[in-house]
Order: sequence, then C-alpha cells, then structure tokens
Amino acid sequence: MATSENKLAFGGGWGYDPAPESTDHIDIKSRYGLFINGDFVKPEKGKYFDTINPATEDKLSRVAEASAVDVDKAVKAARAAYRGPWGRMKPAERSKYIYRIARIMQERAREFSIIESLDGGKPIRESRDIDIPLSAAHFFYYAGWADKLEYAFPGRTAKSLGVAGQIIPWNFPLLMASWKIAPALACGNTVVLKPAETTSLTAMKLAEVIADAGLPPGVVNIVTGAGAAGAAIVDHPGVDKVAFTGSTNIGRMIQKSLAGTNKRYTLELGGKAANIIFADAAIDQAVEGIVNGIFFNQGHVCCAGSRLFVQESVADEVIAKLKDRMETLIVGDPLDKNTDIGAINSTMQLNKIQSYLKIGQAEGGDMHQSSCRVPKKGYWCRPTIFTGVSQSSRVVQEEIFGPVLAIQTFRKYDEALTKANNTPYGLSGGIWTDKGSKIFNMTQKIRAGVVWANTFNKFDPTSPFGGYKESGVGREGGLHGLDAYVKLGAK
Amino acid sequence: MSADRIAVAKTYKIYIGGKFLRSESGRYFTLKDKKNNVIANICRSSRKDFRNSVVAARGAQLSWAGASAYLHGQILYRIAEILEGRREQFVAELVLQGIALRTAEKEVNQSIDRLIYYAGWSDKYQQVFSAVNPVSSSHFNFSVLEPTGVVAIISPDDSNLLGLVSNIAAAIVGGNACIVLASETKPLCAVSFAEVLHASDVPDGVVNILTGFRSELTEFFASHMDVNAIIYCDGGKAAAKTIQVLAADNIKRVIARNRVDWSGDAASPYLIRDTQEVKTTWHPIGT
Repeated sequence: MATSENKLAFGGGWGYDPAPESTDHIDIKSRYGLFINGDFVKPEKGKYFDTINPATEDKLSRVAEASAVDVDKAVKAARAAYRGPWGRMKPAERSKYIYRIARIMQERAREFSIIESLDGGKPIRESRDIDIPLSAAHFFYYAGWADKLEYAFPGRTAKSLGVAGQIIPWNFPLLMASWKIAPALACGNTVVLKPAETTSLTAMKLAEVIADAGLPPGVVNIVTGAGAAGAAIVDHPGVDKVAFTGSTNIGRMIQKSLAGTNKRYTLELGGKAANIIFADAAIDQAVEGIVNGIFFNQGHVCCAGSRLFVQESVADEVIAKLKDRMETLIVGDPLDKNTDIGAINSTMQLNKIQSYLKIGQAEGGDMHQSSCRVPKKGYWCRPTIFTGVSQSSRVVQEEIFGPVLAIQTFRKYDEALTKANNTPYGLSGGIWTDKGSKIFNMTQKIRAGVVWANTFNKFDPTSPFGGYKESGVGREGGLHGLDAYVKLGAK
Repeated sequence: MSADRIAVAKTYKIYIGGKFLRSESGRYFTLKDKKNNVIANICRSSRKDFRNSVVAARGAQLSWAGASAYLHGQILYRIAEILEGRREQFVAELVLQGIALRTAEKEVNQSIDRLIYYAGWSDKYQQVFSAVNPVSSSHFNFSVLEPTGVVAIISPDDSNLLGLVSNIAAAIVGGNACIVLASETKPLCAVSFAEVLHASDVPDGVVNILTGFRSELTEFFASHMDVNAIIYCDGGKAAAKTIQVLAADNIKRVIARNRVDWSGDAASPYLIRDTQEVKTTWHPIGT
C-alpha cells in the first residue's frame, strides 16, 4: 500500500501544461449530404441536423437526415452495384480496393483522429493510438480474405449475401464502421451504413476515402440520420442482412422486426462485464487494468469492466490504490494529449449517467468521485466508483455506459464466478491472478465472448469479438467474423 | 396372436431429468394405426413439463460441458451400441407407425451410424473451428468454441428417428443440454430413444424428451428466458415468425432446419457449430 512517504503529491503541484492537438489542417464542411451511389447528395426532404462538439457544445457541421426515400435510393444503389461491377469482380481485385481504403486511412490518420475527438469527445490519445489505426488495420486484414474464403470454411463453399444494412453506435464511430464495412466487402457484399446521430463526421470522411479509392458507385452507401433511418434500413425488403451494434433493447426490437423475413442478422449488444481481482494478482497492474477497463473512452464501451469483484483480503488495498489512481486522471479537453477522460458523448448520455449516479446512491451505494475539476461548458462526468452495492443493485445489473464502476468483494473462487455470471449479459470479462491454472479455469467458466486475463479492453482485427446470451449474436473480427457475411453451401 | 400369452403393452412416457414421467397435466392423446386400432396413449406435455425440463437441462449442462471431449465421444458411441442392440424394436415401432419395413430398417441403421459419426467429432470439431489469432500487440490470443447452453429442439415430424437423433447428437456432443419435442404424428421412437439414452451413461437432464402438440408447445419453447437457443425443424412461415419474435426476448439463437435431407445433410460439423459460441481469450506475453 502506498505510504505517505512514497505517495506523490498529485493534488496540485504536478499540473501539466496544455498540449492541445492543432485543428488547423482539418477540413470540416459546413454541411454534409448523404453518400449514395458514389456521390454526396442532398436528402430528399431537405432536412439537416447539427452535429456538435460535446466538449464545447459548439456546432461543428450540419448533417443530412435521411428519410425512408433516401434509404430506398441507397439500397437500390447497393443492389445495382452488387448485381453489377462488385458482384462480377474477381475476389483478388475486390481485395485491392479494400487495401486501398486501408492505405488512404493511414495517410489521413491524423485528420481522422482529430475529427473523431472533436465530434465524439474521446481523448485524442485514444483516437490517435487506438480508433484510427485499428480502423485501417481492420480494412487491411479483411482485404486479404477476399480471395481466400474457401480456406475459412472447410468442406463448404462461401457465397456473398447481397446488400448488408449496417447500423453503428457513437462510441467508436470510425472503428465500428470499419468492423462492419471491411468484412462485408471482403465477402463480396455491398453496403448501406448508418452512423450514429451524434457522430457522423468520420463516416462522411470515410465516404470521401471510399470515393478517392475509386470503388464502383453504390458499393458503399452511407446515410446519416436518427432511429427512423435505421428502422428504414432494417425494414427495407432489398436488404439481405442486418448488422447492428448498440443497446440490447434496440437489438431485441430488430430481432423481432426481422422475424418472418429471410434476412440474416448479427447483433453486438450491451454488456456488464465482470473484472475479477484475486488476492494473488499483481495489484498495481490490476489497478491499471481496472482503470483501463472502466474509464477507457469515458466508459462508453459495451465491453467495459463495469463490475469489479475484488477478493476480500486485498479489497482495501485495491480500492485505496484505485482512488489514488483516479486522482491522477485528467478529465477535460479531448484534443489535449494529456487528457485521460474526454467529454461524455451527448447531453442525453450525460443525463442517463447522472440518473444512475442518483439511483446508485438511493439504493444505498457509497459513491466516490475523483476531485478533479471539469470544464464549465460541455458534457463531463468525473470518474466514479460505487462500493457497498449488492448483486441486485441497478448500478450492478444495468449497463450505464459511462465512467461508473460498481465494486463488490468475494471470498472464494466459486463465489466470484457465480457473481460474475449472474447477469443476462455475456460480452466480456476480466480476471487478474498470477496463477496460470486459475486463469484457464476462470476464462473457461466466465460465460462471455471475450475474456481478458491480466489485461483488459484490447482489440485487434484478427481477434473475434461478440457476446453470449443477451449481449448479441455472431462475431466481428478474425476468421470467425467472416461468417456474418456469407452463406455456406455444399461443396 | 398367440392365445396362450397376452403381450405386455408399453406405457409411453416423457423423459425429464433422467426420469420417465407422465405429463404433470394428466393429459394424453391417442395414437392409432391405419386401421384405427389404438397403438398407445401418448403424453400431451404441458408448459409446466417444458419448464421442468429446462430446470433439469440447466442443472445438467455445466457439468456435461465440463466432461472431456473423449468422454462425450464415448457416451455418444455408447448410445449407438445400445441402439444397435435394440434395432428390432425401433424397426417395429417405425413399421407400427406406418413406415415400410425397408425404409424403417434403413432409418434405424442410419440413426445408429449418425451417432457414431457425431461421436467421432467430439474431440475434432474444436480443432477445425478454433483459431490462434496473430494480434499485433504482445498478447497470446485464441478463440475456441463453447456450448451455447440450453437448447430447445422442435424435431421434424417426418424423420421421427433419424432427424431426432441427428439434432440431439449434434447439440450434446458439443456440451449443450437439450429439451426435445418429439414428432407429433410418430412419437414412439422418441420415447424408446429416451430409454436408450437412459441406458447409455448420458447424465440425467442432458437430454429431455417431451411428446405433445407442436402447435401448443412451440411458443413455450421459443419464449422461455432460460433457454439459450431454439432449433426448429419444418416450421411453417407463421410458426417461424412466432418463434423468432418470442426468441428475441432473451436474444436466443434461432436455428431453422427446413427441408433437411436427414440422411445426408445432417451429418456435418456445421450442425455442431450451430449451437456453439466463439470465446476469445487474451493474455499478455511478457517476463
């Protein structure tokens, strides 16, 4: 445990000078149309909505609001491209187009990073080091699969599905677009993608990249808008496959609305991951893992380690160290390279998080927040932990999608496992121990699609991601992610 | 019929948690042959029977999944052995339900062979479908299959033995537990197959077999919140829609097996994969 002698005076004497990323070279148009059939076009009904910087509440641009008519145009363009050039193209040639997208994204990485942070509120360090490089890597990885699909499904042939309708969330805007578009294209499908309402800008930038890469018109169409545009995609009879990432409630609605159709679907939904710290863990590393698990991307992460289980004998030490570490986290300007926690994505999400803070306290939880100051304008939430909560607490059971951690303790191995699995979700989990046999036992028994042992919140294009139980259906990433975009037949 | 001995007629019961029970509802329906003679009274299972089966399946699933692949293989092989020994009975039951002798013999043979086929996959499908993923960071990362959990199966009406056996074998060889609705018009072999399972070291609750009316039970199969996946065979359009809508309440995996050629297509590791989840594990590489 840190003692008063070796504890650094984080309280004030160690401030950082601002180190903001410059926005000089960034080109954001005042208005964005819809990207349909290779062109940026006006929405049929002429409606646009503001997209704002959640850190300043300033308007960044205006974005087209797609109606069902626009979605219909996009689906028809995608169908024509599927029947036409894209469907007829040799897989190896398709592959080269996808590689091109990856390369152009790498070239424009800095621009993408800054816009991602401006529009979504995430720290520039994260956009720069995680979101954007992983997005490019995702295209690069799947590009190579295009002409090798026969090796992915032993004893089967793999054929494309047709038009994929894809709906993505606001927490990793460009990365989620890449997770959706790259495998769809590699498998020979065409795409209609709808970004989230609050984070459309990097998707429109991606549209520029796709146009610059020379993809045939209609292969990728990007329609911006709110829930109605998403519903129009799901309900469109010309869509062969729906891929959705978002909340379990919306996922459930989509699964119901697809009932009775022949449309395929994959759903990547909510989570409430257990992060389990055993007494024999490397405690300092585990504390870093807890911080990364719940405060990464403001906690706007479906696989966030939002339920912490600490073995009782080390609970005091872990919680004390965690509180110390929370004091060092810098909350503020997303464009500042020192920032650890950026802005909450929207006022709607901030309200939701704040309501859970009230619920947690009303349920008898003991709330602790770091003492940092947050800017006056913009949407902010200081890193928050709850202790004294129980399995039945709503802050333990429900997905908050913010920097809010619910902490419980356990004595025995089985107790940790039972508590960890006591949730309808099953997206991810974490375990910290120095004992290898315990790692393998625990990682096998946690009912979740991704399990991190002595690490947390790691992602890679080659690594399948997706949930058990109510956290979704299907996988994205890796060889297993191809499955979502092909139909298998007898050889 | 010999006059000096009266045959002992069999009571066809449902199979829940390793026990042969009558429906808790006390209901039955009468199965008749072509000449309108009564063959047997068949249990008309209720929602409560189904719910009891789910409890049994959930209770059995984890330890079944934890058994070794080798053991799964041996137990499936054992089922085949016992079925082989009782083949005459199954042929007779198929014939009794109106199937021609040749066809009946073929179906029983294929069912036995199907069990051997899936027994062999027990310690191999994992190797075919898992992966070590070459991530860019300094981590060891691999993806394996794990059973989806509790699987509800509405088995085909026509292929009452081979279809049933194929669905069950593919689900349980991968460590799932299941609740199976037998063919409504030809339920005899399903009940006798439960007896085969019972004699084959299949742990209680891993396979539960109900008889009854598909139209009545489908919605319970699809809507139960502690069922992880539903497989339905040859559901009509309306039934398929009902199943999919209800299944969404807990994001069940929905697997449609329509117009399957049970003698050929249903021998495939992809049927095992249908009720498996991909789990990916990360660990740092360091000193």
